[in-house]
Amino acid sequence: MIDETLIPKVGVITDIRKDTPDVKTFRVVGTDGKKLFQHMPGQCAMVSVPGVGECMFSITSSPTNEEYMEFSIKKCGCVTEVIHAMEVGQQITVRGPYGKNFPVEEDFKGKDLLFIAGGIGLAPLRSVINYVRHYRENYGKVVIVYGARSKDDLVDIEEIQTEWVNEPNTEVYLTIDRPQEGWDGHVGFVPSYVKELGLDPNMTAVLCGPPIMIKFTLQGLLELGFDKSRVYTTLELRMKCGVGKCGRCNVGDKFVCKDGPVFRMTELDELPDEY
Amino acid sequence: MLKIAKERLNELYAKISETMGLFIPVNYAGEVNYKVWKEGAEVSLETLKTVKSPKNMFFPQTENMMKFKTEGKNIEIIDVRKDYKEEKPFVLFGVKACDYKAIEVLDKVFLAEPVDTYYQSRREATTIVTLACSKPEESCFCGVFGIDATAPQGDVTTWLDGEYLYWQANTEKGEALTALITALTEEGGEETVAGQRETTKAVLENLPFAKLDLSRFTPENLNDLFEAKEWEEMSEACLGCGTCTFVCPTCQCFDIRDFKTNEGVIRYRCWDSCMYSDFTLMAHGNSRTTQMQRFRQRFMHKLVYYPSQNDGLYSCVGCGRCVNKCPQRLNIVKVVKTLGGKKDD
Ligand SMILES: Cc1cc2nc3c(=O)[nH]c(=O)nc-3n(C[C@H](O)[C@H](O)[C@H](O)COP(=O)(O)OP(=O)(O)OC[C@H]3O[C@@H](n4cnc5c(N)ncnc54)[C@H](O)[C@@H]3O)c2cc1C
Ligand code: SF4
Ligand code: SF4
Ligand code: FES
Repeated sequence: MIDETLIPKVGVITDIRKDTPDVKTFRVVGTDGKKLFQHMPGQCAMVSVPGVGECMFSITSSPTNEEYMEFSIKKCGCVTEVIHAMEVGQQITVRGPYGKNFPVEEDFKGKDLLFIAGGIGLAPLRSVINYVRHYRENYGKVVIVYGARSKDDLVDIEEIQTEWVNEPNTEVYLTIDRPQEGWDGHVGFVPSYVKELGLDPNMTAVLCGPPIMIKFTLQGLLELGFDKSRVYTTLELRMKCGVGKCGRCNVGDKFVCKDGPVFRMTELDELPDEY
Repeated sequence: MLKIAKERLNELYAKISETMGLFIPVNYAGEVNYKVWKEGAEVSLETLKTVKSPKNMFFPQTENMMKFKTEGKNIEIIDVRKDYKEEKPFVLFGVKACDYKAIEVLDKVFLAEPVDTYYQSRREATTIVTLACSKPEESCFCGVFGIDATAPQGDVTTWLDGEYLYWQANTEKGEALTALITALTEEGGEETVAGQRETTKAVLENLPFAKLDLSRFTPENLNDLFEAKEWEEMSEACLGCGTCTFVCPTCQCFDIRDFKTNEGVIRYRCWDSCMYSDFTLMAHGNSRTTQMQRFRQRFMHKLVYYPSQNDGLYSCVGCGRCVNKCPQRLNIVKVVKTLGGKKDD
């Protein structure tokens, strides 16, 4: 019988990294040891534990990684708690990829790129950033601003501090909300840090993080002279099917699972305020 | 055109049932719903509003989607889908014009890429026989959505008049069904049908809701309608019971859930409702916290969002079920009257 998108594939967890007190990154391959499917940066997948439930997660690994897929998962409920308790070798199910990706092959090409993330919002951005690093010559300057509650809440800090900071033509700015012992970097919220940095408003910006951070950061960017048509973000609404049929993630005439999760700020302006 | 004498309808049902599953409005314990025909069933073809709409045929209220067997760390996925066309085709008999249009509305959801194979498998295995309406009820307003209740489409269209059921095949599937029952048919009936259509049209034009004005429900007005202050008052009495969504032939929302059994986990889907408070509940919050927002979602989806995604096709077909069933007497007619009648300001 023909393929059904709602029927997942079996995946095996081959590596688990504890990033922060409540975020772990899981590496997943198919039962044949190969990558489960191809995707583009910003796309998501439905991961499930049979008998517990299914949840949507950003595929945080870059599409240029041919061997495996990674999900950075924050523990916050039934399914994510069970996943956090898993060990290497445990099988889960995965289906996807779902949603529209960041326009890395279109609008982003040749542009200077600004990535701004808060907390777990790094998950979708990590995929784009590593994609851009892989095809570095296709893009201009890259500026990354990443903040979290504390230094322990910065996801993938090792990759950032050993790899990202050493990339050519790349600037990385980290910040934490409150002063902390052992942290000599910047302290303060992402939105105000962004304003302090006096960024070049001609960059194409991508914002991911909690709604409140996005709201204030966007305000800051607009004050700096950024144009809304060159600012992108992702939305997070409750999802079940992932393919625009179950009705869960409907906002206005869009389904976030299928028409998003990546949106241009000008597109969001046209939607009713219900996300 | 063909005709079949009314007293031979049982023979017709029996003949179809020999090779196919025949779903037809049947009166059972005082409620008429589409059910499998069996000898002795109390068929009620002329009931306009079956309690559940025939969407149940293609998009059942609950449906098993797959099974999982888990052993240690391993998972096995078992595909439980059936190929209904191979196994047993169906005939859906007596569908009214509004409910037929509703199937078209659902097709655009479930048959859009990626195709929902659960829906598709049933849909393709089904021959739909529609029945024209001759006694529309006061709660009917299909005409507002451009639906002609006197000549529904479908694989076969039928009309019930006097002593005969008039029969006209429209598609290949319809021709195949006709071939199966030729022994029961005679030629003729064009004039009777034309006469019935004239009479019914006059009735339809004068129904209480026939003049509803939809002209304000356009994609351009999306945000204005969303912001309308009238939603508060209109939704005040809503209980969030979800009745309106369950009886509605076009409501598409579903949930996917897991159920643990002795033989493993069954993943099933079931109808869900945007009228429920946990429909949009997430770990970090809820995008619709009030019943007003949920009420607004249901009607905005039918009258603005869906048409905006589907070339102006409304996702209400005027069947009137929600008009009859809401315990609080709320319904889409009131919404259209309240928000639609303000073209001039
Ligand atoms: C497009 C998208 C991308 C996401 N990417 C990530 C990611 O990369 N990393 C990450 O940690 N989380 C991500 N999330 C959020 C993640 O889906 C939820 O945290 C997760 O579903 C919580 O499930 P739970 O069963 O543990 O929580 P519970 O609160 O017990 O969940 C109950 C139910 O609500 C649903 N649910 C709860 N919270 C959310 C939510 N925020 N969004 C959607 N459904 C929810 C669950 O599917 C579940 O059915 C993403 C969500 C979306 C929509
Ligand atoms: S509109 Fe009526 S039927 Fe629908 S949820 Fe509200 S009270 Fe129930
Ligand atoms: S909204 Fe009401 S009248 Fe319209 S199709 Fe649904 S049940 Fe029928
Ligand atoms: S998750 Fe089902 S419609 Fe978007």
